[in-house]
Amino acid sequence: MNWNDWIPLLVLMSSLLPGLLIFSLAEENVQTRVMLNLFGALAKLALVGLMLWGVYHGHHYETRLPLLPNLDLVLRVGPLSLLFITLSTILWLVTTVYAIGYLEDSPHRSRFFGFFSLCVTATVGVALAGNLISFLLFYELLTLATYPLIIHRGTEEARQAGKIYLRYTISGGALLLIGTVWLYSLTGSLEFTPKGFLFNIGEQHYPALIGIFALLITGLGVKAALVPLHGWLPLAMIAPAPVSALLHAVAVVKAGAFGIIRVVYDVFGVEFSAGLGVLKPLAWLAAFTIIYGSLRALFQNDLKRRLAYSTISQVSYIALGVAIAGPIATIGGVVHLVHQGLMKITLFFCAGNLAETLGIHKISEMNGVGRRMPWTMAAFTIGAFGMIGAPPIAGFISKWYLGLGALNNDQNWVIFVLAGSSLLNAAYFLPILHRAWFMPLPESWPDEHHFGNKETAWALLLPPLVTAAMALAAGLLVTLPFSPLEWAKLISVREFYQP
Amino acid sequence: MEMQNAFMAFPWAVVLILLPLAGALSCFLFPRICRTLGLITSFATVIAVVGLGWQLLEHGSYRHAIGGWGAPLGIELYADGLSLLMLATTGLVGFAISVYSTTYFKAAVAIKFWPIWMCLLAALNALFLSADIFNLYVTLELLGLSAVALTALTGSKEALNGAMRYLLATLLASLTYLLGVALLYHSFGSVDITLLAKQIQATSAVWAALGLIAVSLMLKTALFPLHFWLPPAHGSAPAPVSALLSALVIKASFYIFLRLWFTLFDPLIDNEAINTLLGLLGCAAILWGSIQALRQTRLKLLIAYSTVAQVGYLFLVFPLSASMGSVAWNGVAYLIISHALAKSAMFLSAGNLLFFGGHDRIADLDRVVQRLPLTAAAFALAGVSIMGIPPSGGFIGKWLLLEAAMSQSRWDLIVVMIIGGVLAAAYIFKVIGYTFSPAEVAHEAQPVSATMQWSALLLAIAAILLGFLYVPILTLLGISDIIIASGARL
Repeated sequence: MNWNDWIPLLVLMSSLLPGLLIFSLAEENVQTRVMLNLFGALAKLALVGLMLWGVYHGHHYETRLPLLPNLDLVLRVGPLSLLFITLSTILWLVTTVYAIGYLEDSPHRSRFFGFFSLCVTATVGVALAGNLISFLLFYELLTLATYPLIIHRGTEEARQAGKIYLRYTISGGALLLIGTVWLYSLTGSLEFTPKGFLFNIGEQHYPALIGIFALLITGLGVKAALVPLHGWLPLAMIAPAPVSALLHAVAVVKAGAFGIIRVVYDVFGVEFSAGLGVLKPLAWLAAFTIIYGSLRALFQNDLKRRLAYSTISQVSYIALGVAIAGPIATIGGVVHLVHQGLMKITLFFCAGNLAETLGIHKISEMNGVGRRMPWTMAAFTIGAFGMIGAPPIAGFISKWYLGLGALNNDQNWVIFVLAGSSLLNAAYFLPILHRAWFMPLPESWPDEHHFGNKETAWALLLPPLVTAAMALAAGLLVTLPFSPLEWAKLISVREFYQP
Repeated sequence: MEMQNAFMAFPWAVVLILLPLAGALSCFLFPRICRTLGLITSFATVIAVVGLGWQLLEHGSYRHAIGGWGAPLGIELYADGLSLLMLATTGLVGFAISVYSTTYFKAAVAIKFWPIWMCLLAALNALFLSADIFNLYVTLELLGLSAVALTALTGSKEALNGAMRYLLATLLASLTYLLGVALLYHSFGSVDITLLAKQIQATSAVWAALGLIAVSLMLKTALFPLHFWLPPAHGSAPAPVSALLSALVIKASFYIFLRLWFTLFDPLIDNEAINTLLGLLGCAAILWGSIQALRQTRLKLLIAYSTVAQVGYLFLVFPLSASMGSVAWNGVAYLIISHALAKSAMFLSAGNLLFFGGHDRIADLDRVVQRLPLTAAAFALAGVSIMGIPPSGGFIGKWLLLEAAMSQSRWDLIVVMIIGGVLAAAYIFKVIGYTFSPAEVAHEAQPVSATMQWSALLLAIAAILLGFLYVPILTLLGISDIIIASGARL
């Protein structure tokens, strides 16, 4: 079974190597670049398929490389990491197609796609990391790989946004580092272990552990955009649309949320953290972020900014599900990692299409756009209803499990948060839909481009349709064996609440 | 088999000193082909280091009495894991800088550069192989003088100014050091480090010698507040020279500090106060150097101040060596090597940028990320190591120091180290941010040769790869008597 030791490394390489090669390509070498991108994405997808089958049947994939004394660089594939890897891989493929269409004829594409691949590599690394130091390594790599994408346009505004992004993420990374070293010197281990590895620790160390928890969660909360650490996210909207799409759906915010899951379940252990009393504050913080993000979203006229605040709100569902604890809420939180990704990437693709095709950036310009671009807006509508939590779209499933889990754990207040958030989601999404479908068309669009008799280019239209269909399918076909929900249940049974 | 035996028995340590000396002489005698001669010598030095490394791995630490005359009468050479790593770093960085210099210098300057650089290389190698404190003085003096000469190479007003300050500082430091040596020789009648270490006692003369030697080496290593000479010298010298100075020359005096501290003065310095003072100065250097770097508008000065800050990290080994000595020790060795690689890469890329645009104003870097991608990549990757972000050699070094600090609950040092990392990120990304945006006034650009670009990039990549080489580095570092001495104090 030696082969299995190298599969995790291969998964990383399938995006790293194409990325490095793309850097060296000349700008006009479009075909080779597209080939490399698609080859990498498809190779990764094939590997993911293989691992899904393998993990389902109980196989074990792990790569270990020495990094420090007693600390290895560990890449391990378990059900939870595979969930995140599958999401990133599928959305990478879709986003690559979208980006090829979106960036047609724009400058510096080799650089863009190079960093884009690095960004995916880092995300997959975050998912694969089998201990906290490997996680830290990829978490920092993600910061480094996303920065050039955020300042890609090279304007003064972009440079400032990049500066603020770094201020947040580098400080967050520093806190994460302190927490990691502290934990290591206290326990001598950083290995992610089901149910955590801290239960043997003497009670005199509990205050230190609370400090470590706070440091780790703060460091992760920056990327997960927990209020008040969210300030970078709306500014990062300066990046090109495919970047925003990937950043919001998979890469950066999800890396933070995923890290929170890891810390609570595989470092501290959920029961141990509950006993330590650190989960309650996390739940409150997540709940506050959910409401605050939705409230701020209400007042944004810029479409991408509204979506950004919506992300801040939605990603905290994951943290909330983790912090409520208990198997059912956990399923809700974990599955939302996928569901939110599918829905949010759809919304961002659509926003990008509106900007590229009609020059629309503001919500006030969206009157009647549903008649001009019916397919795009149909996808948008599915995404928006999913966010609100309307059945049968994926978002409903997450909320259902979150609510059920909260009730099971006697945390009834969560229901009010969920209901309030749904109301607010409706309040900021329905007016957009109303404008798009029911308001009269304006005389002219801000900056219209024509694509024959299609509403927009194929490469731009196909991705949101695909992701919207997946969001719908994830809600409709929940009982199929490889649906996100079934997989989340598998995670819960095998990793978090194993008998 | 016979070949292998001959290889093993060959006096590689002597070769390491004589080879660059011969190189210097031949570069001086045949100025027309000085580039080729220098490059060959530099490469041969790397091979000699490999030979020495092989010997050390087979037989452990190495002693060689020149001409058969050992201490206390003759000169002895000594090499262990630490010297080997220093020699290897010198060899590799030196070779990369040599490659870079073949195209960087025009013929008129090249004929001056190569002989002096070969002298400097000889001085460095001899220093890392010296077994006695007087020999260390001689090599230190030769090193200082060749470094000053290289700084003044271009003869511009700025360069002469920087070189003058440097000359005064280095001469003062050498004299102070010599005074310390004289005091020790007077007290014990020997200059051999091992012999001295056996008989050393806490007399007032020894304390005075310790003080003199420490101050002298702090001045040479540019530890805050004795760093005043470094930014003008490193900022005004030609780029390959700045790279040599920041990467290797200051490390040489720090190496002596480390050696003497943990062997010769080891019995004396269980004294908390001195170690605390060194730690405090290190912290001040980190903070002051980083803040000054952040304030600079010129790239080379920014990098020079970054060196001031990074030197501060090295001195944290002294307060941390009390317990977990070996962890702190490994950490500092790691930082020395990774800083040498990263900082030389950084100065070489600054040289490329200067060559390219004719200036090094940070705010006018004008889209170099697109126009000079290899150089921009070199700077960024070197920056990753300087910031201490994984994966890189700098991260491993800082992690080990943090681990040692954490085990002693030295939160003050932890906070300073982390702030230093964040500030480093701030000044490095300040540069990177400007490489993406267009400048207000566009400049005529000169093409930069692939040799110059790649030598910078390969050094930076080496700094990153160092983050995965913990096992071999640790094995090499383990060939040492000092670790055992320090480990015994645990």
